[in-house]
Amino acid sequence: MQMKGQCPSKESLLSWIDQVSFAVVEMTLYLDSHPNDEDAIAFFREKLAQRNAAMKLYAQNYGPLTIDTANDRMSRSWDWVMQPWPWEPARKGGC
Amino acid sequence: MWNYEKRLEYPVNITTPNAQIAQIILTQYGGPDGEMGASMRYLSQRFTAPNRITMGVLNDVGTEELAHLEIVATIVHQLTCNLTMEEIKESGFANYYVDHTVGIWPQAAGGIPFNACEFQSKGDPITDLFEDLAAEQKARSTYDNILRLVKDPEVADPIRFLRAREVVHFQRFGEALRSVQDELSFKNFYAFNPSFDKTAECSCPNPDGNISSSCGCRNSEKKN
Repeated sequence: MQMKGQCPSKESLLSWIDQVSFAVVEMTLYLDSHPNDEDAIAFFREKLAQRNAAMKLYAQNYGPLTIDTANDRMSRSWDWVMQPWPWEPARKGGC
Repeated sequence: MWNYEKRLEYPVNITTPNAQIAQIILTQYGGPDGEMGASMRYLSQRFTAPNRITMGVLNDVGTEELAHLEIVATIVHQLTCNLTMEEIKESGFANYYVDHTVGIWPQAAGGIPFNACEFQSKGDPITDLFEDLAAEQKARSTYDNILRLVKDPEVADPIRFLRAREVVHFQRFGEALRSVQDELSFKNFYAFNPSFDKTAECSCPNPDGNISSSCGCRNSEKKN
């Protein structure tokens, strides 16, 4: 995903975060039992950097997904709690 | 400790409520092979793990199971959105509804409440890891059964993701078990509890000071 220039849409950026974050989770479990696999560590580093960059970009444009990025918009109100919670249905009207 | 992320590990967007399917899937929240038992099992067992690899696998798989618990709850929540009273009565959901309305509560599909007896923390890593391997297979079988009952692709898609993770976790627990067994004496493979009876022999560090591939042993820091 192109991270420079125009920011991707909220949906596509969240989908990208889900993808790279999944790679980080998967590599974490793999590395727990293969701590000396250098190729795996390199792949982990690449995915972690992509995840951190995407998390920051998301927080700046659409609001924080983590407390660590909760101040990235320098908002005067508490953005964290106003972000949708992940179990809320996407369709109109909610539940 | 843990940090929360305001997203699901795998997205859930269900547009057609179905209370009958919700009650089936609820079993993976609080049923005998569900995600609540899985997360509590691994996060409890990790304290007496005999080496760092096993601690790590239990900790990080247990953490992922918490994310799966949230995915299952989200599926149930979205499947029980905006139900009419007729739908609740016709779908067999009335018995759940009378106690919990459409709140999320840990029970098996048959109504049996969650109970800590659905998992064990034996304090013996060989015993615990064999349970963990079995638990991953039982959860995988349950997801297979759910996929035979569910036809809605919006529901089946995240269920397939969860099923695939059980297979990966089984592999990681097998590797953790091997790391424990590799540190045992061949003469008494099953004769004692390596977390209690005696300090497990560790293969690390090597004479050259490097950490071996089977390493992760906490005893490498305090040589007795």
